[in-house]
Amino acid sequence: MLYFSKIKLSIIYFTIIILSFFSFTNFIENKENFFLSKKVNLGLDLQGGSYLLLEVDPSPIVNQNLQQKLISLRNYFKEKNIKYENLKLVNQSINFILKIEDIESFENFFLDKENSINTYFNQYRSYEMILSLDSGRVKITYSKYGLIEIKKSVVEQSLEIVRRRIDDIGTNDPTILRRGNDRIIVELPGLDDPNRIKKLLGKTANLTFRLVSENEDDFGSEFLFYEDGEAKLRVNKRVVLNGNNLISAQPNFNQQTNQTTVNISLDRAGSKKFARTTQDHVGQRLAIILDNKIISAPVINEPILSGNSSISGNFTSQTATDLALLLRSGALPAPLTVIEERTVGPDLGEDSIKAGAFSLIIGFLLVIIYMIYKYRKLGIVADLALIVNLILLLGILTILEATLTLPGIAGIILTVGMAVDANVLIFERIKEEMKKEASIIHAFDSGYKKAQSAVLDANITTLISALILFALGSGPVKGFAVTLGIGILTTLFSAYFFARHLCSIYAKKNKDNKILI
Amino acid sequence: MILKLSKDFKFSNNYKKMNIFSFLLIFLSILVLLFKGLNFGVDFKGGTLIEIRSENININIADIRQSLLKMNLGDINVKKFGNENDYLIKIEKTNTNDPNFIKSINEQLISDLNSPLNFRRVENVGPKVSRELLDAGFLAIALSLAAMLFYIWIRFEWQFSLGAIIAIIHDVIITVGIFSFLSYEINLSIVAAVLTIVGYSMNDTVVIFDRIRENLRKYTKVSISEISDISTHETLSRTIITSLTTLLALFSIYIFGGEILKGFSFAMIVGVIVGTYSSIFVATPVLNYTKVNYKTISKEDVENN
Repeated sequence: MLYFSKIKLSIIYFTIIILSFFSFTNFIENKENFFLSKKVNLGLDLQGGSYLLLEVDPSPIVNQNLQQKLISLRNYFKEKNIKYENLKLVNQSINFILKIEDIESFENFFLDKENSINTYFNQYRSYEMILSLDSGRVKITYSKYGLIEIKKSVVEQSLEIVRRRIDDIGTNDPTILRRGNDRIIVELPGLDDPNRIKKLLGKTANLTFRLVSENEDDFGSEFLFYEDGEAKLRVNKRVVLNGNNLISAQPNFNQQTNQTTVNISLDRAGSKKFARTTQDHVGQRLAIILDNKIISAPVINEPILSGNSSISGNFTSQTATDLALLLRSGALPAPLTVIEERTVGPDLGEDSIKAGAFSLIIGFLLVIIYMIYKYRKLGIVADLALIVNLILLLGILTILEATLTLPGIAGIILTVGMAVDANVLIFERIKEEMKKEASIIHAFDSGYKKAQSAVLDANITTLISALILFALGSGPVKGFAVTLGIGILTTLFSAYFFARHLCSIYAKKNKDNKILI
Repeated sequence: MILKLSKDFKFSNNYKKMNIFSFLLIFLSILVLLFKGLNFGVDFKGGTLIEIRSENININIADIRQSLLKMNLGDINVKKFGNENDYLIKIEKTNTNDPNFIKSINEQLISDLNSPLNFRRVENVGPKVSRELLDAGFLAIALSLAAMLFYIWIRFEWQFSLGAIIAIIHDVIITVGIFSFLSYEINLSIVAAVLTIVGYSMNDTVVIFDRIRENLRKYTKVSISEISDISTHETLSRTIITSLTTLLALFSIYIFGGEILKGFSFAMIVGVIVGTYSSIFVATPVLNYTKVNYKTISKEDVENN
């Protein structure tokens, strides 16, 4: 156990040197060089920032899709000359009544893998929709996988819009990730007040232009409220123009009227539609509606042909800026809700770093002193191994560009306390062997050999805990699992390669000395 | 004290006494858990947690409560948090649909307390997420127990497995029981601590078991209770040194690591102490009760070869 081949030694020391280099790169500023720029990331709890978990609500999309399916069904029945009754949408399901003799053929059609209405997903081995029958009553709802597919596509689209909105606000290094089928994680380092972001993400930002109707007309109308929730207007259900026709939106302050507006320009198709509507309805009012609330409803004074217009309303410069931003980034397919929020102010983060670093130094010194007190010269070996261990740990964290959190720092401190265990196990064993063995070298050798199984067992058990924590933990706790887990690997390395080499040198030099420990 | 333990001290003579003591502790822990329950934090119960720092020294907990009560936020809990001017507010209600929820609390407090306030930390966990976190926490602890059981079962015989798992459950119940008794908050980091305790307790037990197995092979004629004593003595100084260095590190976190890590390090300190005790007085006695002898081990050797 005390013999090291030259190749082995060079690999050991080469690894240590490489990893020391990477732990060192944390302390220099260099963004260009690929190697020098590597750093351990600080978690939101240390650098301050905001974590938001958003969930999409797919129900509007589900209803919208069911509406389309309903139309397709109606067409199918007409084509096949099948009589149906009471075809309507109730509680996210399509319901209707068929004659008993038609049911079988409908079922055959609906559960045919190639049918045009109910898609079959090969990857799930499931249909998009489920059919349930109660004598002549038919009920069609989305299957589990049909819903998953909807959620997936909604999240995919939302992700893009969320990204645009957040980029537009201009925060530092935001992280925007999909999680599961219906969630989005947003991490905003350095942001201590996520209020504005939450507001901007909470709006679907569905913009429509619709004419105000004086009375009930043939296309149908509905009452909509203004944003203050009090005044209301009757507006036509026909949408003249929507947000998809927008190519840009900018806030604007008009010095003559002292009013803040949002200037918009429309694409070619939108300009045409807008020109036609404004020509035909001079003198009428056109309501500008965002998420079913009226922003304003100005009178059309003259036809607008250029495709450039402005939205007036009770804007402050902040609300105008935000509206312009929402319009530019496009509408979300479905509403998003914040279901978890964690925000840490930058000063608390700084305090946490200081407290963490201080307790690390204290813990480290206490352990170092105790080891020297306990084992004298071999204690120094254990302490050197501990220092190398920490350098290796930091180096690996840097190469992985892992995220260091406050619990992660706790994991490092805990590693300091537990890492010496490997050497303690070995030294205690060597002590025992010395009582039996005449030769120092033999005592060291068999000490290492016999301690091996205990060292391995002891560390693997902790590693199992760390792995499970890594798989199931979230956020800061995951950071703890990372440092604890990597700490165990570096502990084994430094005890079994580095410290063992130091011990072999020590034992060989002192082979005639009788009292070593 | 323990360091000067005589070489002839018979651990095995005290197994019965210590087991009664352990049973008592577990019994009390379960009683406390049943009647007092656990103080779940917002991670697991849902709700809003706000850490504030005030610049005005003259405000007190009652003022903060008074101000918040006006807002109809459900159950409110306010306490000092570390520093003189730092407070931790826990609110039952979470309002994830209203983006102005936190802002309105901020404004209300500032106007009522007449002091600039710094919201240092805000955690808002909806009921769905807290439920999921709780489930994940239980799953993690259950999985780690199963993994340990499996590992020990591969490495040793079933008697050892049984001893180790009883010791771990013993440690977890007592640690959680102490948290319940002291009404300390259970949050995500406590689950991390419990998992680490499981690993540590196992670690400590395995080292003694390893030695017992070795000694069973060496002294085939000696009874298991004597072998337990010899092995415990041989590994005792390692057990103590490692526990001490780990505790040194943990106390350093507990004292200097800031308020946020207090609960975590406290749980770990309790776990390390209980875990060290249980390796000697819970896990090892199980080997005596299940009458392990050298044949148990040699059977394993035959299988392995």
